[in-house]
Amino acid sequence: MSATMTEDTPAKGVVGTRMLRREDPALLSGEARYVHDLVVPGALHMAVVRSPYAHARVTSVDVSGALGMPGVAAAFSGADLAGEWGSAMPCAWPVTADMQSPPHFPVALNEACYVGDAVAVVLAGSQAEAQDAAGAVAVVYEELPAAVDLEDAASDRVLAHSDLSSNRAYTWELTPDADAVTRAFDAAAVTVKERYVQQRLIPAAMEPRGVCVVPQPFGGEYLVYSATQIPHILRTMLGITAGVPEERIRVVAPSVGGGFGSKLDVYAEELLCLVLSRRLRKPVRWSEERSEAAQATIHGRGQVQEIELAADTDGRVQAVRVRLLADMGAYMQLVTPGVPLLGAFLYHGVYDVAAYSFTCTGVFTNKTPTDAYRGAGRPEATYAIERAMDALARKVGTDPAEVRRRNFIGADKFPYASAAGLLFDSGNYEGALDAALELVDYEGLREEQARRRGQGASKLLGVGLSSYVEMCGLAPSRVLASLNYVAGGWEAATVRMLPTGKVQVVTGATPHGQGHVTSWSMIIADKLGVSPEDVEVLHSDTAVSPLGLDTYGSRSLAVGGTAIALAADRLIDKARLLAAHRLEVAPEDLELSSGQFSVRGSPSSAMALGALAFEAFTAHDLPQGMEPNLEASATYDPTNFTFPFGTHVAVVEVDAETGKVDLVRYSAVDDCGNQINPLIVDGQVHGGIVQGVAQALFEEAVYDDDGNLLTTTFTDYLVPAASEVPSFSLGRTVTPSPSNPLGVKGIGEAGTIASTPAVVNAVVDALSHLGVVDIAMPVTPERVWRSIGAAAPGTGGGR
Amino acid sequence: MIPASFEYRRAGSVEEALGWLAEDPDSTKLLAGGHSLLPLMKLRLATPGVLVDVGRIPGLNYVRDDGDHVAIGALTRHRDLEVSDVARGHVPLLAHVAGQVGDPQVRHRGTIGGSLAHGDPASDLPAAVLALDGTMVVDGPRGRREVQAADFFRGFLETALAPDEMLTEVRVHKAPAGWGFQKFNRRAQDWAIVGVAAVVNGDARVALVNMGPTTLRARATEEALDAGANIADAAARAAEGLDPPSDLNGSAEYRRHLATVLVRRALEEATAARG
Amino acid sequence: MQVTVTVNGTTGSHDVETRMLLVHYLREVRGLTGTNVGCDTTSCGACTVLLNGESVKSCTMLAAQADGEEITTIEGMAAPDGTLHPIQEAFREHHGLQCGFCTPGMVMAIASFLKEHPDPTEAEVREGLEGNLCRCTGYHNIVQAALAVARAGELVS
Repeated sequence: MSATMTEDTPAKGVVGTRMLRREDPALLSGEARYVHDLVVPGALHMAVVRSPYAHARVTSVDVSGALGMPGVAAAFSGADLAGEWGSAMPCAWPVTADMQSPPHFPVALNEACYVGDAVAVVLAGSQAEAQDAAGAVAVVYEELPAAVDLEDAASDRVLAHSDLSSNRAYTWELTPDADAVTRAFDAAAVTVKERYVQQRLIPAAMEPRGVCVVPQPFGGEYLVYSATQIPHILRTMLGITAGVPEERIRVVAPSVGGGFGSKLDVYAEELLCLVLSRRLRKPVRWSEERSEAAQATIHGRGQVQEIELAADTDGRVQAVRVRLLADMGAYMQLVTPGVPLLGAFLYHGVYDVAAYSFTCTGVFTNKTPTDAYRGAGRPEATYAIERAMDALARKVGTDPAEVRRRNFIGADKFPYASAAGLLFDSGNYEGALDAALELVDYEGLREEQARRRGQGASKLLGVGLSSYVEMCGLAPSRVLASLNYVAGGWEAATVRMLPTGKVQVVTGATPHGQGHVTSWSMIIADKLGVSPEDVEVLHSDTAVSPLGLDTYGSRSLAVGGTAIALAADRLIDKARLLAAHRLEVAPEDLELSSGQFSVRGSPSSAMALGALAFEAFTAHDLPQGMEPNLEASATYDPTNFTFPFGTHVAVVEVDAETGKVDLVRYSAVDDCGNQINPLIVDGQVHGGIVQGVAQALFEEAVYDDDGNLLTTTFTDYLVPAASEVPSFSLGRTVTPSPSNPLGVKGIGEAGTIASTPAVVNAVVDALSHLGVVDIAMPVTPERVWRSIGAAAPGTGGGR
Repeated sequence: MIPASFEYRRAGSVEEALGWLAEDPDSTKLLAGGHSLLPLMKLRLATPGVLVDVGRIPGLNYVRDDGDHVAIGALTRHRDLEVSDVARGHVPLLAHVAGQVGDPQVRHRGTIGGSLAHGDPASDLPAAVLALDGTMVVDGPRGRREVQAADFFRGFLETALAPDEMLTEVRVHKAPAGWGFQKFNRRAQDWAIVGVAAVVNGDARVALVNMGPTTLRARATEEALDAGANIADAAARAAEGLDPPSDLNGSAEYRRHLATVLVRRALEEATAARG
Repeated sequence: MQVTVTVNGTTGSHDVETRMLLVHYLREVRGLTGTNVGCDTTSCGACTVLLNGESVKSCTMLAAQADGEEITTIEGMAAPDGTLHPIQEAFREHHGLQCGFCTPGMVMAIASFLKEHPDPTEAEVREGLEGNLCRCTGYHNIVQAALAVARAGELVS
């Protein structure tokens, strides 16, 4: 395939082709600049002194030792900086009116509430000097009891903050019809009740965070570079929290090395660099290190889930009832309390369930705050229902594929109004299941599994299914309002044609690996009949793209891409009027093809968009009242979420002697509606799968009883490498979304949402003949070995 | 992470290195490939005042056929050992294990001398050398001495090396067949949760990775084999008398179990390879 | 101390702190910021460069240890006219990168690996990349890229 698609393809279009990414040459050559790469003369490097205790009173902070160290320019305690703040750090999602949220300042004042909570900062001429001096800050702590375990914290035996009356921050309930749920459980022939633990995860984007604030002391303005997913939201929040007028702040996210939600936040270090640059009138920068990131950047997941199904004897589910405890960590970060709500509507999964009940209690603990991490709420929901469906299949003696088939929302039922209150846009769940089973040769695998069991093979085979649906494309602003989120969910775009016919697209989305430049230019290429190479995409800089709500929640294409398409349509509308004027025909007599307006029935009478752009630029002969230039903006507020879906199948081999699990095959059939670029869709699915596999088999942020994080490095926190995962076979069905004009859904989180339960179901399936029904995540070799021993004493497993 | 400051000296000979080491043995560290020491220094878990870089001392990077044994210079990198024809031909266990250390980048820098001198019970090469009944050649201000592997690994990160001594050569008996190696971990790049190096040549020597404060022999298994037990029965005794650590990757109980499985597999490999 | 290092064919002499790591030397002294730092425990491989043609993690080497040696970084892979190296080109063809942060280290690790294993199996490629972490791609396309380069046999050393 051509790397540049320079032939005249717009007639049939580039949308839908596997066009190679335009972002890649800069990234591949080392040209791309991440925050840490920026050279800023005169910048002071900040090092943060962090609490080694999960919970402690900060009795005194003496920075004098640090001030005497080589290269040190300044050092401050929390008290020294108390006057800098316009408000405490922001939480944008107070999910209930009575939610508790203890004030959170970038440097703790009197009380440190997790290991890693900042207690002082040091600024020096180099990072090494700042690190040297940080060790010379003398802090006296009075250790306090720590609330570490989530369920223990929920009991309020120990309070995570001494000024809280309870660790329970809020309880949020979604029970549209309580009586219906009760009736369904009372009448159920079969019930399933499962308890699952969503372990804490460390997002571990490969680029740690970084901030660099360059002040212009005499102009009173601040240029903030941050490795962030949300420059627009950050600007507003920095303004409020640091007491700097918002219009004086320009936020730029340069190349950003992955986010996965961990850079969807407003962090202490961003605020500190800003206020310290204001105070010292010098550039201030901070580069996070990996072991620091483990404590200073948000964690994901952290829930204890209880899910119950009420079903008939055939395994048809009548009701789903869910209760959650959700670990907030020590403070509410930007959207911490809302994460469980993003899954709250989806615990019935892809199944047609009449009665539904969900309750979640958010609980403070003395641990790093949690917040949105790839999938945010939806992986947790999908895990619970997909594990529970396997439990139901066992209970009614049915194959897991069959029990799913019996419960799917039928393809003829869309749009589907769920008992939880959503309107699922479109779907064909059975179609995706069928395709996935065929792709993986499900029947053949079951035969092989039986053969191995019959032979008593030591490598047991397991097959796990996960049929998922998720809600993404965050989000309709009215829905967000009903959930108490303080911002909207729209996205903004501007499209302009330059005098030479080249195109500029300004987007409020903020790519950090998703390939927006490629996808946006493909959309525009087809709309305007230009080459994708002729489209410049401007983003991630509040001075260039002043309006936007950034990138998270698989929203960028469905919301931001739609805004771009709408802006292009408006530009075309204007160009049509101009063309009609110049060709002296009625606008409705013009048709647009491959970037050229021609008169219906008289194709030789035509004008290209590029020529019209020049005409609009010179403005020598415009229709009466028409403003110069071809430029249009659009802000799109979605009318609904989008609902991608699919079925993933994991195949594992379990070494019955050691408990080691090898993921040997993996097939995924996803449906994200229309695809702009299937190459990019594939990549999102691949990466998503491995992130979900990582939760299933490898990763956990482990704390000891005192609240010390034990997994602060990549030697302890086991991000899988290529050697731990197989290649994937992918399939796709296409069910366009009716909710947006592009017919697109979202694919950034789907892989992660789907894969975790598929893998755990596969491990349990491999051991099911021994009586194993559950293994906690991550499914470590030791846990597998112990499960075998507990289920089948005498088979060699541990107890 | 950036190490604390230190004085750097580059040694041109063993004598020069030993001379500098003698000046202040307790705060001086030898730097070879640096893949054990530098990570500790970056985390500031090690803060030596003086680093003596021995990495360029000529004549210490070799794998040599010395008749009944193979001699390996202390500065031989894991990669060099892995692909050495001499090692592959005469001590394939050692070549194989060298190829299992860390990851390719680590193997391009790390040295056998550095790995053995670090004395980490989770490292692979000490177990291989122990199973091969190797000999360490140690130079110091009191001259040269030879230390049997069985006497070299003393405790957690503790070896028979005095602070003013330097490991310069490792000698292992030739063992072209009859070997097995098992490394069990969750990710390929990680240290072994449990590892086993076995050599079966007449008598059997079975060395264990990460089953105690230092690399050690599965004595009960060896005795059982000497007494004529079959492999399965001998392997079942692999953890007898051992007190393995518990950590995030495995409890002591699990490690004991793994040792029995992995020792059996290593012995099966060794006997299959011998046949 | 004074170090003299040839980086991407250009030799330079600089006075550096003894504790300066090679990666910081490359980034801060030589201005070659393509080599990234992703961890502090020699785990992630983002900082991988070639030392005399072999992959090493530049975070676990002192600049002093590179004195007199030849280093190749990602900036030295493309031809002077900007033509991408076959490995870089394969990463693009196979969508082997997303955020790009691990990519320079991956490319350098593969360059070294393919020199040692010119005709690898998929399993060998995966083992050969055990020391490089990526959070975006799930490795599938990185492995495909490496295999494609090997199949094409066009690797220039």
